[in-house]
Order: sequence, then structure tokens, then C-alpha cells
Amino acid sequence: MIRDRLAGTAPREAAPASAPRPPWRERWFRYLMVVPAVTVILFVGLFPLVYTLLVSFQRIDLVEEDTRFHGLVNYARLLADERFREALGHTFLIMGIALPVELILGLLLALLLLERLPGKPIFIALLVLPVVISPIVAGSAWRLLFDNRFGPVNQILSWMVGEPLTILWTVHPRYVYPAILVAEIWQWTPFMFLLLLAGLSAVDRALVEAAQLDGAGYVTIVLRVLLPSIRPILAVALLIRALDLFRLFDVVWALTRGGPGTMTETVSIYAYILGFQQFETSYTAALAVVIVLLLSLLVMLALRRVEIAR
Amino acid sequence: MRRSVAILVGRYIGVSFALVFFLFPIYWLVMISFKTPEEIFAYPPVWWPQSLQFGNYWVLFKDGDAWAVWNSLVVATTSTVAAMSLGTMAAYSMARFRTGGDRFAMWIISNRMVPPIAIVFPIFLLYVQLGWVDTFHGLVVLYTAFALPYVIWMMRGYIEDVPLELEEAALVDGASRFQVFTKIVLPVARGGLLATAVFTFVFTWNDFLFALVLTRSHVTTFTVQVTHYFGAQSNFWAKIAAMSTLGTVPVFIAVALLQRFLVRGITMGAVKS
Repeated sequence: MIRDRLAGTAPREAAPASAPRPPWRERWFRYLMVVPAVTVILFVGLFPLVYTLLVSFQRIDLVEEDTRFHGLVNYARLLADERFREALGHTFLIMGIALPVELILGLLLALLLLERLPGKPIFIALLVLPVVISPIVAGSAWRLLFDNRFGPVNQILSWMVGEPLTILWTVHPRYVYPAILVAEIWQWTPFMFLLLLAGLSAVDRALVEAAQLDGAGYVTIVLRVLLPSIRPILAVALLIRALDLFRLFDVVWALTRGGPGTMTETVSIYAYILGFQQFETSYTAALAVVIVLLLSLLVMLALRRVEIAR
Repeated sequence: MRRSVAILVGRYIGVSFALVFFLFPIYWLVMISFKTPEEIFAYPPVWWPQSLQFGNYWVLFKDGDAWAVWNSLVVATTSTVAAMSLGTMAAYSMARFRTGGDRFAMWIISNRMVPPIAIVFPIFLLYVQLGWVDTFHGLVVLYTAFALPYVIWMMRGYIEDVPLELEEAALVDGASRFQVFTKIVLPVARGGLLATAVFTFVFTWNDFLFALVLTRSHVTTFTVQVTHYFGAQSNFWAKIAAMSTLGTVPVFIAVALLQRFLVRGITMGAVKS
């Protein structure tokens, strides 16, 4: 009985009629415990969405404050907005390159440190440091590293090519994306590495040994035994990173602020500029709604994967 | 035998390259904070300073910029305590009574997935009405709400790991449900509790976008302060580096103490190592 009540798994109807009903406080305990948290979560989970939706049907900007219902006028404008489409393009461009690179580098690192290696715990602890740095600090650090005169990146490249280089990494259209990608990949490859290492370490050794007895080479073992075994973790890692890259803001903000011009504007940066620099309140609201809708698709997928991995 | 030695050497070379790539930017940032202006603006760059100068940090404290670190500390600590208290209670109810079922749990976690820009925009409009922009409580409420899904999700997992028998015994002995929660469950789950609290703190501490939108001059956090040093004409290199280092060292220490929980902590429990 107590276990049933404790675990809360048994249906209430199943309790014998003679059993004493738990006191009032006992019955409401479970809900009282949840209510404060839910109240606060609703504050960011429900209110913003409803309010944003409402504002997105109005026409509020810097010059006018028209709170009448204007239908989908802001959404129609968004459809025709070249800058929004470009921002989406920039976001997916960064995602399309950073995600596979982080995955492959992370996997190589994890394979490197999978077997016993003296000093392994220290190496892991050190390699993971970029992940926990604030992204805005990471971006700022790279901006100093990429400095055309006093940064070490140009200096090292100069040694390699044998002549002085002064590349304007964060300004020149040809180099801004490489700069952003390097910073992004630098910070998040260790995240991939950590997840994949955890996954690979949990793979049954017997599987690998059996493959070895069958004469399988190292590459075959990795591709045919190890990778298929960690598919759930691969999915989780990719989806967490994809969600993060979709909302990318900090690193780009630190390096280029979306520039030169609007060349590196991500969706989040465009929304920020619209809302907080151009004060296009209703238009930004519509953009926010669209961002959430776009993401919901990704999220549905992500949740399913997370459940599988649990 | 020779083959295995070659492999070992190869692995060390690979790891060395990785260590240099991933640690050099951190080294460079920290080193700038200890350099003199002449060393910072030297061409070619100075790879290691002649002596460690603490002048850049002294300037941060003298100019009052270090308040930003204090602000971050106050805001992140308060939010963490609030989110941990409310979140752990909810997590206990969900872990032990299946309150709300799986759908409720899914709804909780889906709040974590909304892009921050979509949250902070309407919150800003609301805060303007309430007069909460650039206030401590405004920032704390938002951070608490944003951290709660993470806390609930993580703590639900850690509480489920607590053996049921312990609670059962306490109930038989006449303890109330809330006593069971505070006297049995929390002490047994203290490892997960501490890890979750530290990660919540780190995520809040590291945030930039919320603080950028919701602060002006009164409760500027260190992440916002760092970006103030990038000017249109010139950057305050020494201050950027010193402020960044001040904001990063505590995080490194915290994470170093929690290696065991790291994977579970940053993947929201999706991967348990």
C-alpha cells in the first residue's frame, strides 16, 4: 500500500474501499509541490507566446502605435523580406558547416582518447574547458586573436606563408565566415567530443573483440561496430547542437555584430536589430512567432530522440 | 610491440595538437590580462609577458567596472537558489507521483527549446510596462523561469535514482511527506543537487542576450560589460581580457570539481556516463 502511494503508479480506483483515505494535505501535496514552479514557467512559457502573437497582428513601431487588429500584414511583409531570408540562409550556412565539422573532429578526438592512455582524465578535463566559457567571452577572445595587427592568428599564418599578412578577419567579406566558424567550432567541438566519448566508452567491449577475431580492421570496427552502437547519442548530440546553432547570437555578435553590412546576420541577430535598434515592435513579434514555429519542428524531433536515448 | 608504441606516440601527438588548439585561445586571453600596454600592442605579438602585471585588474576595480562581476554573482546566485528550490519540489512530485504524466514533462522541457530572443522580446515589452528594466528582480525572475525546466528535468532524473525503500521506511515511521522530501530525498540526492545547482549557475552566469536586452547601467552583468569595451574606433584590450578572465575562472573551478557530472549536466541527462 505504502509503496503504491509512494510510487503513485497504482490507479486510485484500485485501492480497496476500506483503506483510509489519505488526509487532505497528503492528497494535495503533489500539486502544491508543482504549482510554484509551473507559475513561474508560465511566465516565460505561455505569456510571451500569447503576447507576441497578439502584438504580431497589430501595427506598433517607432512612429505609430496602432493596436487594432490588422490580420497577417506583418507576416506578409516577412514573406517578402529579403533580409529575413538572407538571415535564415546565414544561420543554416553556419549550421551546415559547423555541425558536420564539430561532429567529425569530436569523433576523432573521442577515438583518440577512447582506449587507456596515461594522463587521460587530465586531457579530458582540459579539452572540455571551451564548452563552459561564456559564448560572448569566447567570441571576444577570438576577436582579439583575429586582430589584424596584434593578433596571433595573422602572425602564425605569416610564418607559414613566409610573408607578413594583415587579414581583416572580422571585417573583410571573404574572411568573416571562416572567422565565425573557427570560433564556433573551437567552442563546441569539445561538447561533441565529450558526448561521443561517453557513448563510445559504454559500448560493449565484447562486440569490438568479436569483430577483431573476425579479422576486421580498425576503420571497419569504427564504422560497422562503434558508430552504429552509439546512434542514439549521435542523434542527441546533433540535435542539441542544431538547436543551439539555430539560435546563434553571441559569437557572431562579439565578432562581427552581423556585419559587414548584413552579411553575417543570423536570425536571432536580425530579430534583435529589428526589435531593439529599429523598434519595429509588431514586425519583430511576427518574426518571433515564425522563429518559434520553425523551431517547433526541430524540437519535436529532438524530444523523440532524447526519449529514445533515455 | 613496436607497432603499439607507434600508436601510443601517434595518439599523444594527436592529443597534443588538440590541446594546443583548444587551450591556446584561453591562454592568450588570460595572458593579455597580465600584460602591459606595450606588450599588448607589440608587433609582432608578445607570446609570453616578461612579468605578470596585475595593473589591468586594479584598473577594473578602481574604475568600478568590477561591479559587473558582482552583479553577475548576485543575479546568478539568487536565480539559482530560487530555481533549485521551486524546481526540486516540482521534480519530486513528478518523479514520485507522475504528476501531470509524460505530457507535462514534455511541456516543461519544450520551454527550454524556445530561442531566447523570442522569449526576451515580449518580456522586455512587459518589463517596460512594469518598470522592471534594469532591475535585479526583473533579471532574477526571468533567469529563474528560464532555468526551471532544466532544474526540473535534471532533478527528476536524480530523484528517480533515490531508492524507494528509504522513503518507505521513513513514512512507516510517521514522517510527513514533506519531511520525507527534505530529510531523506534531498540528502541522498545531494550529489545531483549540487551538480544541477552549479550548472544552473554557470548557464545563468554565462548568459549574454537576456542581460543585454534587460539591463542599462544599474545591473550590467560582466558579459554585457565585456562587450562595452569594443568601440567603433578602438578596443580596450586590457579590460576585455581582465574582465573575461574574472568571469571565466570561477566557472573553470566549478566545473573542475564536477567532472563526474559533466556529461549528464550539459546534455540535460540525455547521456548518463
